[in-house]
Amino acid sequence: MNHAPTAAPADRTPAAPAEVPDRAQATDPGPAAVFDVEGLTVFYGGRAAVRDVDLAIRQHEITAIIGPSGCGKSTLLRCFNRMNDLIPEARIEGRVAYHGHDLYAPEVDPVQVRRRIGMVFQKPNPFPKSIYDNVAFGPKVNAMKVDLDEVVERSLKRAALWDEVKGKLRDSAYSLSGGQQQRLCIARAIAVDPDVILMDEPCSALDPIATARIEDLMRELSERYTIVIVTHNMQQAARVSDRTAFLTAEVAADDDDHRIGRLVEYDLTETIFKNPSDPRTEDYVTGRFG
Amino acid sequence: MALSTPQKATRAAVVRLQRGSGRDVKERAFAGLLLAATAVGVIVLAVLLVDILVDGLGRLNWQFLTAYASRFPERTGVRSGITGSLSLMVLVALMSIPLGVGAALYLEEFAPDNRFTRLMEANIANLAGVPSVVYGLLGVAVFVYLFEFGRSLLAGAATLTLLILPVIIVAGRESLRAVPPAIRDAGLALGATPWQVTSRQVLPAALPGILTGTILALSRAIGETAPLLVIGALFSRRSDNEPWNLLESFTALPVQIFNFVSRPQEAFKVEAAGAAIIVLMVALLAMNSVAIVLRNRFARRW
Repeated sequence: MNHAPTAAPADRTPAAPAEVPDRAQATDPGPAAVFDVEGLTVFYGGRAAVRDVDLAIRQHEITAIIGPSGCGKSTLLRCFNRMNDLIPEARIEGRVAYHGHDLYAPEVDPVQVRRRIGMVFQKPNPFPKSIYDNVAFGPKVNAMKVDLDEVVERSLKRAALWDEVKGKLRDSAYSLSGGQQQRLCIARAIAVDPDVILMDEPCSALDPIATARIEDLMRELSERYTIVIVTHNMQQAARVSDRTAFLTAEVAADDDDHRIGRLVEYDLTETIFKNPSDPRTEDYVTGRFG
Repeated sequence: MALSTPQKATRAAVVRLQRGSGRDVKERAFAGLLLAATAVGVIVLAVLLVDILVDGLGRLNWQFLTAYASRFPERTGVRSGITGSLSLMVLVALMSIPLGVGAALYLEEFAPDNRFTRLMEANIANLAGVPSVVYGLLGVAVFVYLFEFGRSLLAGAATLTLLILPVIIVAGRESLRAVPPAIRDAGLALGATPWQVTSRQVLPAALPGILTGTILALSRAIGETAPLLVIGALFSRRSDNEPWNLLESFTALPVQIFNFVSRPQEAFKVEAAGAAIIVLMVALLAMNSVAIVLRNRFARRW
């Protein structure tokens, strides 16, 4: 995975709107695609959790994935850094291209993938170590030839945490508040200088003030990184994201208890919230269901 | 006029609250029963302790700790038992900690979940319940004869290692399992390899728990008598058991106690045995205290 982040597939020219009117990439091609997902289906133990997803994540944008619980938002997100590989019975079909290269090609090392594509989890999960060691862990294990002190300071600054912790870098990460811990996790993800940051409901365990801080931070980070965020909070998606993908859970044809996530609509956030083309999206964003 | 006013109703409710009911009596009887059960355990233990102290304290002195065994009760001592037990403990720790922690790490962090793994897990749990004398027989067959270690310190240490290995593995796995999966996800999401996550995050986080379990297992090992008797530990030895003299014969404190108790003279059977038991007990209590301190010092932080 040594190609430059800007190396977009050459064949990705803007399609005429008339050809595929319901696809975001058609109505507004925008920047180059970092991820190109085609016909992605994820199985857990032989049953599909998400089926036939097509979407393109664009560089230096914030893409929000919204939808009711159980629609496979997190499952989809975890395909982007191959975290689903860690679940033994998980299997995917379809194609996830990262800058035009198949992310699931046999020669691709998932460890290298995760090094380029960072992740922030739902619940803050700092290591039971000092603030400094939390940020320095990534550069250390990746044997990055950098000045650790400098990386730690820069990462904490970018995560808007430096001023609060600069005097106590050796203190345990658990001494921080929940919001601070989540920003520490963001700083930790930034420290390995990734290309993409995936965020899985990063504010669901935080209070409104801490949430607002993380949202401001995401806007700042999007100048440098591509961000994909899963959220169950529609206002959050509307506030921070450039594009929004709306997933819903469909009941399987053969089993009433089994739900399969489907991508309903993917477009600019403004369009999704103000002028959705699918009635299911409209019902969801106006609060009539979900 | 029997009008029910709010005041009357309140008074009636208060009276009901005060009256002792059948449930109340049962509660107290049950609590009393539990107290009795606790008391039996504590009192028996206290009586045993006092009995041992009365028997042994008079005989316990510097000469007893530093002298080799002798056929004269007033000249005998537990020097070779103490050095033997210490040697055994060091050797057992050296062998059982890497093996036990390694096995726990493999089973908890790396092993695929298949029938073979489950079979091994069930076997390890069962091995923890096998009587120690059976390990002694295994030690004789395998270490003394098959590997030709002879009736040596090495054979004794290897046997005790086998004995406590299942305990260390089970304790190790429990400590590893207590480390939240979120820590592993966090490490892997940063591009660390599974081994880097295990060695730098999961193992350090689980270490206090692993150490506590290991110390308790070791204290079980140095209190064991039966497997050492089967292996053929000597009752007495006129030179020290040196840990570097692996293929020499050896003795240990519990074996010496067994020997003292089986002699006819009161001075051996009661006084020397009591004194040696006190020595062993102090060692065991010290080890258990270290385990408790470790556990409290590194109380779980998540």
